[in-house]
Amino acid sequence: MDLATERKINEDLLRPLRQTSVWFFLLIAILGIIVLAGVGSWMYQIWNGLAVAGIRWPVFWAFYITNFVFWIGISHAGTLISAILRLVNATWRRPVTRCAEVITVFALMIGALFPIIHLGRPWLFFWLIPYPSERQIWPNVRSPLAWDFFAISTYLTGSTLFLLLPLIPDFALLRDQMMGWRKRIYAVLALGWQGTTKQWHRLEAAMQIMAIAIVPVAVSVHTIVSFDFSMSSVPMWHSTVFGPYFVAGAIFSGIAALILAMAILRKALHLEEYLHPVHFQNLGKLLLMMSLLWGYFTFAERLTTWYGNNSAEMAVFWETQTGAYSPLFWTMVFCNFVIPFPLLAIRRLRTITGTVIASSLIVVGMWLERFLIIVPSLATKHLPYAWGTYRPQPVEIMITVATFAAMTLLYALFAKAVPIISIWELKVGGHAQPVLTPEEQEEQRELWKARP
Amino acid sequence: MKAIYGLYSDPDSAQHAVESLRRAGVADDSISVLASQPYEEYEFSHRYKQTWLFWIAAGGGALGLSVGLGLAYLTQTRWPLVTGGMPIFAWWPNIIIMFELTMLGAIVTTVVSLLVMTELPTIRCKVYDPEVSKGKILVAVENPADGEISTLERTLKASGIAEVRMVP
Repeated sequence: MDLATERKINEDLLRPLRQTSVWFFLLIAILGIIVLAGVGSWMYQIWNGLAVAGIRWPVFWAFYITNFVFWIGISHAGTLISAILRLVNATWRRPVTRCAEVITVFALMIGALFPIIHLGRPWLFFWLIPYPSERQIWPNVRSPLAWDFFAISTYLTGSTLFLLLPLIPDFALLRDQMMGWRKRIYAVLALGWQGTTKQWHRLEAAMQIMAIAIVPVAVSVHTIVSFDFSMSSVPMWHSTVFGPYFVAGAIFSGIAALILAMAILRKALHLEEYLHPVHFQNLGKLLLMMSLLWGYFTFAERLTTWYGNNSAEMAVFWETQTGAYSPLFWTMVFCNFVIPFPLLAIRRLRTITGTVIASSLIVVGMWLERFLIIVPSLATKHLPYAWGTYRPQPVEIMITVATFAAMTLLYALFAKAVPIISIWELKVGGHAQPVLTPEEQEEQRELWKARP
Repeated sequence: MKAIYGLYSDPDSAQHAVESLRRAGVADDSISVLASQPYEEYEFSHRYKQTWLFWIAAGGGALGLSVGLGLAYLTQTRWPLVTGGMPIFAWWPNIIIMFELTMLGAIVTTVVSLLVMTELPTIRCKVYDPEVSKGKILVAVENPADGEISTLERTLKASGIAEVRMVP
């Protein structure tokens, strides 16, 4: 890679940090208003009590815990995918990793808020943390809720460090390229990075170790979230398949969220030269595999329930197949499998537009899946006297909408402060030239073509 | 810090400069190569490749495992809660706490070790040039003897088109 190319990469990827259009401020203002409305709704709920939300006996877990599971699932977009691609040395990962890792950190932060929002007295959230209480109130450290605390804390710490470490060389670049107060801030963040051979070696070794450690942590996090359900004897929750089912669903929704984020960044920040059709093509293949895996798990779970013919479980089963929740169930099946499958399996349809349509449907479908795991089971428990209904209230809907706005807001602000594509990793990608057959070369030329 | 350095436009010239400096009798420890990206395919980037980082991370993991086991055992036996006739301390559920803290130990130890090994953060004056972030590769000789400076300057200039600068 010559100096001119390196400077062009610097210029292209630093442009969003240097230039700000009026649209950016407008977007921030709109998202900020939605987030404020969400905060206001939460304050209203705290002031008036949980009665203003739709959660009541027997459905105590509804929108909020759906959102908790959904956002923790979305968090699997980043660190897990980035770590796996790093470990298998997939060279096409380079422009994708940071986009993905940022999703993880923000989605985890938002997801971890929901158990607190869900509390009637959120100021007592620290009761979740195992600490010696002078009033002899001691949380059960064997509870799956205590496992959540350790798993989410570890994953959030690991993911944040996994995002920050490769940022240090880019902060050093920003320190040298920016002016004024921003230069001073980036100089502090760069920690005095020089780029010596020793620093590069140690950074790459550390990233390798982090990647090895973060993959099992990511798997454990969603398995433990699934244990919140499967450790209880609620119909259709007490299942050994829940761990892998949740992990597969999390990776599935995570890849979909990543594709959406990449498509928006590509268009908004004019990154067509860096986020190529091949990236969407490859992620589309991963998404296809996860769609098939999701279909397999859903079938296995439903078939086992149906064949077992346990009356309590069959009540929940029929509620979702033909009862009150069936429109949501079949929408979920269409969103997660029926429509994405041809879009992702047929090569001609696996374009940027095709993968974006499939991903949008999958995000909706996976949110519905989380809802359908939680609500019908709680509403149709073992004894008919304990059956109930759930109808979401405006305060819950507003808080849910606000979290999507918060995610977009945080992402937009991050992309404004830090290059959303790792500059040094992208440059390293220009070093090695793979050996290809003439047919492969032709195919590669087509895939790597920059299209506006 | 006193240093003399050359800025090279490509890694081949930087590699040539490093070899010329070695031939001129400069010790490997006195030669620094700074770049805006790792050049794995060049010999100059293979120095300092040996690292204990993997073993240190494993040690951090072992420490985390011990803390996890200790935390689970002490909290559960110090404040015993009998639930459903189950044992106060049981291995199966505690594996989760032990696993998470093992990984946390390995991750945190890796990051702390990285910072210590690479001397980050630092406010000490070190040889550096902002041209590095524009793609140039800096090859420096740190703390050269006064009598060697002109020889080093000639050596650095002979290795491709280089700008030679001094840090007084």
